[in-house]
Amino acid sequence: MGEILYLILIDPFVQMAELPDFFLQVLWEGFVSGILYALIALGFVLIFKASGVFNFAQGIMVVFAALSLVGLYEAGVPAFLALALCVLIMLGLALGVERLVLRPLVNQPDIILFMATIGLTYFLIGLGEFIFGGEPKVMITEELLLPTGSYAWEVMGGLVIFQQIDIAAAVIAVVLMTALGLFFQNTRIGRALRAVADDHQAALSVGISLNQIWAIVWFAAGIVALATGIMWGARSDVSFALQIVALKALPVLVLGGLTSVPGAIVGGLIIGVGEKIGEIYWGSMIGGGIEGWLAYFIALAFLLVRPQGLFGERIIERV
Amino acid sequence: MRLRQALLGAAALAVAAGAPAAPVLADLYVPLLTYRTGAYAGSGIPIADGMHDYLAMLNERDGGIGGVRIAIEECETGYDAQKGVECYESTKGKGALVYNPYSTGITLQLIPKASVDKIPVLSMAYGLSAAAEGETFPWIFNPPDTYWDGASAIIRYIADQEGGLDALKGKKIGYIYLDAGYGREPIPLLEQLAQNYGYELVQYPVPGNQMQNQSSQWLNVRRDRPDYMVMWGWGAMNPTAVKEAAKIRFPMEKFIGVWWAGGDDDARPAGEGAKGYKTLNFHGVGADYGAIQDILEHVVKKGQSKVASPDKVGENLYNRGVMNSVFIAEAIRTAQELTGKKEVDAVDVRRGFENLNITEARLKEIGLEGFMKPLEITCEDHSGHNPVYVQQWNGQRWEPASEWFEPMTDVVRPLLEQAARDYVQANQPWPERAEPCG
Repeated sequence: MGEILYLILIDPFVQMAELPDFFLQVLWEGFVSGILYALIALGFVLIFKASGVFNFAQGIMVVFAALSLVGLYEAGVPAFLALALCVLIMLGLALGVERLVLRPLVNQPDIILFMATIGLTYFLIGLGEFIFGGEPKVMITEELLLPTGSYAWEVMGGLVIFQQIDIAAAVIAVVLMTALGLFFQNTRIGRALRAVADDHQAALSVGISLNQIWAIVWFAAGIVALATGIMWGARSDVSFALQIVALKALPVLVLGGLTSVPGAIVGGLIIGVGEKIGEIYWGSMIGGGIEGWLAYFIALAFLLVRPQGLFGERIIERV
Repeated sequence: MRLRQALLGAAALAVAAGAPAAPVLADLYVPLLTYRTGAYAGSGIPIADGMHDYLAMLNERDGGIGGVRIAIEECETGYDAQKGVECYESTKGKGALVYNPYSTGITLQLIPKASVDKIPVLSMAYGLSAAAEGETFPWIFNPPDTYWDGASAIIRYIADQEGGLDALKGKKIGYIYLDAGYGREPIPLLEQLAQNYGYELVQYPVPGNQMQNQSSQWLNVRRDRPDYMVMWGWGAMNPTAVKEAAKIRFPMEKFIGVWWAGGDDDARPAGEGAKGYKTLNFHGVGADYGAIQDILEHVVKKGQSKVASPDKVGENLYNRGVMNSVFIAEAIRTAQELTGKKEVDAVDVRRGFENLNITEARLKEIGLEGFMKPLEITCEDHSGHNPVYVQQWNGQRWEPASEWFEPMTDVVRPLLEQAARDYVQANQPWPERAEPCG
């Protein structure tokens, strides 16, 4: 018993102290994963805030956006033109979803809209495979002028390796999240979005177009998906397996709350760093490979204390 | 009303025209369980193309096998065991001669069904290693090597690099694997060899939903500093692992994958970082073989292949699919010779597999001289435990990095026989072999 307690409570911290450079590396890898989880979660939050719809298709939107980019490039379109066309594709997708999926289902229960996004997921999987095939594709990292080398930082008697693409991913994610935050905080559309999020009926009564807001947030979620697809695609490759990674946003949402942009960011970082530390320092005790469920465990443990999530709104209903 | 009927009639005709033709009874019906979609499509597509194209080439060039055309039907499994079983159930009634599950998970599901439905299962170098024991598993065939052969071959190769089996003592060998039936299959053998030769085995499981998110596993590798890394990866796991290994600056010449971790698209995405990465192989790569040229001539040029571009023909996993279909075709041909019938059934084809003898002369005859080592299957040995070689990625393509060498059959075979007995114990009542040998 004493040995088990030592392995759980003491040994991991001894390891952290013994190899501080390695601990820094773990923190960095967790940070990069976390920031990418936060980006995906942000896509969910934007749509949920505006429409109350939990968009199950956010994961496949990441894959679809990345596949479109690489597919266009492979078809001979220059990289930056392909990127611009991808933005247009995501705009078309947003308009299509608003017109063909959301508008006909307005006033239907939330679960119906949720089911519709599951349908949209399978439609996009089929469409993606039909157009681009099922083969994995290599992200056009260099063509988009993204860096591909690495820096080695000699510190604390060891080495911390930073991949340039990871640094770029972190910078782009922070810039994108800041831009979206400012846009929705300080612009007329942003205020309209928040009004819709607070009360659909009241927003409609003051002349806010629900359809327009929905199209805008789906487009914003599409841009977030494109950025995530480029970054994650550059780290591994672009394949349909990426949508599974995108589901990592679910525990982030449980943790951060479905309606909070800061919650998505902080939740992403907690999950990203938490699962890395958990896997590296505690995972080997139970055979490793715990990362798949550890994120959910962290989120559920948090939920016991704060059912509304870190920054979620506490709903009080009087009966 | 007339217009409606006309439209319905037209729709029915369109559906009928678009539907794949059902095999006529005189055809040799070969269903191919493939996956061109989903997370494992990157590995599944080239194999599916190779399997299909070789059989299609036999149809085009020779009019089939022994003058009887082959009816090829693909069924998409998505590498999912449940879908695989659905494919099996929906096609077995059409006179299927053999099944190729292309998934260890699906193979494990089909093993108990094979002897009941009397249809052989060819799990070429995958599936249950113990199935090589033909007396226990008369309907299952896993040539040219089992996973345990593969694991023992990698350990032998590492020992050769280090100066002999004795030099393995005290070494640390990391094992990164897809945490599924496939990746777990060689663990008992690796653990047994660790006991025999004194190396430390460190395991790094990669859950299926983490295939493209392996930084934790590779951080652990960096911390543990194994002398060698062995990989049992599939689908999107492989290119991600190669990239992550390069990222932590693991010496790539000490990173060795099983034969399923050696697709061109597994190494290529990592660019320069993948140079030096090694995998096992048991067949040639490239298109410089008569049979492969015939595929290009009779199938690809005629637009009958689904291959994305002609330069994909000859890639490693494409040739793996070709080899799979060579086994099917040769088993059918052998069955035709044994029975004297042209239109053989699944029971005959099982006999064909059990009497399969692909000699050097036969390889030359079918345009595959030097493509693989000769293979002989017997009633007792359904694998062959054939020689393998190590190939290495040079940044552009695979090239041989060793001579052909034997797996540790003397160690593996007794363990396989014990594993077969354990399987029978765990799956009572297991049918006694009733099929005659020969």
